[in-house]
Amino acid sequence: MDLDLTSDQQLLRDTTRKFLQATVPLTAVRALAENGAGFDRGWWQRGAELGWTSLLVDERRGGGSISGQGLRDLALVAEEMGAMVSPGPLIATNVVAQTLSREAEELASRVLPGLLSGESIAAWCVAEPGRDITPDGMTLQARRDGAEFVLDGVKRPVDAGGQADWLLVTATGSEGLSQFLVPSSAPGLRITRLRGLDLVRQHAEIRFDGVRVPASAVVGVLGGAAPSFEAQLQTVLVLQCAEIVGATDRVFDFTVQYAFDRSSFGRALASYQALKHRFADMKLWLESAQAITVDATRAAQDGDPEAGEVARIAKAYVAERCPELIQDCIQMHGGIGVTWDHDLHLYLRRVVADRQTYGDPMHQRDCVAILAGGRP
Amino acid sequence: MTVTTTASGGLAEDLGTFHARAKEWVAANLEPLDGADPYLGHATDDADHVLRAKAIQRKLFDAGFAGLCYPVEYGGRGLPAEYQDAFIDVSYGYELPRLFNTPTFTIILPTILDFGTEEQKKRYIPAALKGEELWVQFLSEPTGGSDLAGALTRADRRGDVFVLNGSKIWSTYAWKSDYALCVARTDWDVPKHKGLSVLIVKVHEPGITITQIKHVDGTDDFCQEFFDDVVVPADQVLGQVDDGWNVASRLLLHEREAMSGSSPYAMAPRTAAHENDQVRAAALAQDAGGETDARVRQLIGEARVLTRVHTALVGRIATSIRTGRLPAAAGSIPRLSNGMMRVRLASIALEIAGDRAVAWNDNDPTGDLGVAYLGRQGPCIGGGTTEITRNIISERVLGMPREPAEDRDRPFRDVRTNAAAPRPRS
Repeated sequence: MDLDLTSDQQLLRDTTRKFLQATVPLTAVRALAENGAGFDRGWWQRGAELGWTSLLVDERRGGGSISGQGLRDLALVAEEMGAMVSPGPLIATNVVAQTLSREAEELASRVLPGLLSGESIAAWCVAEPGRDITPDGMTLQARRDGAEFVLDGVKRPVDAGGQADWLLVTATGSEGLSQFLVPSSAPGLRITRLRGLDLVRQHAEIRFDGVRVPASAVVGVLGGAAPSFEAQLQTVLVLQCAEIVGATDRVFDFTVQYAFDRSSFGRALASYQALKHRFADMKLWLESAQAITVDATRAAQDGDPEAGEVARIAKAYVAERCPELIQDCIQMHGGIGVTWDHDLHLYLRRVVADRQTYGDPMHQRDCVAILAGGRP
Repeated sequence: MTVTTTASGGLAEDLGTFHARAKEWVAANLEPLDGADPYLGHATDDADHVLRAKAIQRKLFDAGFAGLCYPVEYGGRGLPAEYQDAFIDVSYGYELPRLFNTPTFTIILPTILDFGTEEQKKRYIPAALKGEELWVQFLSEPTGGSDLAGALTRADRRGDVFVLNGSKIWSTYAWKSDYALCVARTDWDVPKHKGLSVLIVKVHEPGITITQIKHVDGTDDFCQEFFDDVVVPADQVLGQVDDGWNVASRLLLHEREAMSGSSPYAMAPRTAAHENDQVRAAALAQDAGGETDARVRQLIGEARVLTRVHTALVGRIATSIRTGRLPAAAGSIPRLSNGMMRVRLASIALEIAGDRAVAWNDNDPTGDLGVAYLGRQGPCIGGGTTEITRNIISERVLGMPREPAEDRDRPFRDVRTNAAAPRPRS
């Protein structure tokens, strides 16, 4: 996707691709779906050895990037995972690791080693029913009670929330926007696994009924979590786009091949102008999605002042166009395209899951307009 | 002020120094647009437009800021594209001779560089860079649509000259121009692509009649030309006689680069950011609601998404062609994007403007938006329709089978065309 990769980045991409092809081909993904496991922890730890969990973590905390630009490295992994509709809490765990590395001294030394090795999993509890993914959209309350904080509210859907050992919880309260790191075993938590569209990516509803956490659970500055929130969101949006683009690129590829291979009325599908024109449009959308994803990744990586806008522009475009592109590919396949046995729906499930979570295209367009000066 | 370039073409000035010097010069020597149309500048009428553009271009040339990426031996500066980018950056918002931008600098001169004889290059490139000669393209024909190679305009050899007869259309500002590149048929007994030649034609010559075509928005920039026994010296063929399709293909490639924003010779920004101005105008001009209306915000957001994505795409495709990831024909991808984006932006502006796009007060910008909507399909038609573009992308980028054609591998005189009268047998 990114046209300017270092040889080390190419190695990371190729190693990840080979590992995924060897360990989680689509037949394995289907099997995982039937087991209801989502992913295998031992497998995730092997992925961690390839660098999947360490790219956004500072070197002095045991992490380290490939190129000095960890988010660009991680976007390559996300793209490969999209191409294989791979299992694994890549986005959820990495976004929490990023913030712990940057914001939390004591917590980082306690929690990061497990996340880095893959022994433990983390999830960002941010979405709430019927609320926007914005600082103003947060209603889960954090109330100070002596040396402790009491958390009350509902988070849903939480990506990897049913598997996570650690929950990064974004909350509001009289102190302002704050974040807390909570073990998933904390009393007062009610975690319900939700049924889901994606066969292997699972979401949960997490209810916080008077969950008590010590002051040491505060991540970063109490009441000052807005910058972290924004950084986390940019990381998520960029990785979602990379994953969607990876999946869509693969689908487009095999659909073009199908158009060459499949005959109708004595001609290859690829010889019909009506279909050629649709493929030309799809090529335009795919290249556009790749282009804006790379721009958004680089902007977020560099801390560019326009990074927030470009990340939302990318999500708005990629998450809107790519599911449509895959639907077009299904159309090109005809009846076989809407069967359970064909792999097309595995990809569609993944990109729709990405589309709808952490802010859908309609929400992103609204944010883009507001950033441009429109008033909510 | 002059820039010294070393004899070997090495750079005498680093980018940062150049940027600073250009910035200072622009502020001291060019006029800010102050809200004037970037294309027309402060021109008072059509004649003044040409005079001003030529004068400003001369000023740029004398100061060493003209033809930055053109070779030194033809009056340019021989600098890499980053220097042109730097100049675009510092001159944005100032009055520039944009009349020269396209086709003269981005399409015509690059084609002359590719195919011109040494004499032609020395004769024409410096004169254009000095602002003395403005160019136009004589490509499309009333009978041809997007099928450029089906040209019916004929150039018949008579001793040392060619005699030109026929008609061209959709040439922008032909009456303001001095020279044209003209695609004409020089051999009717070979298949269509093999009998074409490209001629350098003096626009204001006996035998050439120019009529202006009134556009749906009321402007009359487009022209049609009629050629009646126009005499063109035989040494004014660009490239080889009967190899004109080769020349024209390269010209079209430069045109795609110009239209998609990847030409190194452009003097204006390559991004589409300014396209949002009309959408913003519509939002601001609304009586009530405007940007506080969630529906309007959706449209503004969509417009910003489309333009920013297009900008990213232009860069990606340019890089892909340069590195060989995609073939040169992939220049059609930003061309398609540009057409589809502009169509959508025009619709968005209309939608935001509401009923004020159809009935408006003096000085109300929403009226322009309604009129712009009438010509909305223009960007999907000009420079080859988006349908031709989709053929190119599917066939030459994705490698799909070519459309069947009835005009290949047979003498052009036997091909069915839209010619009104039977063609004479030579």
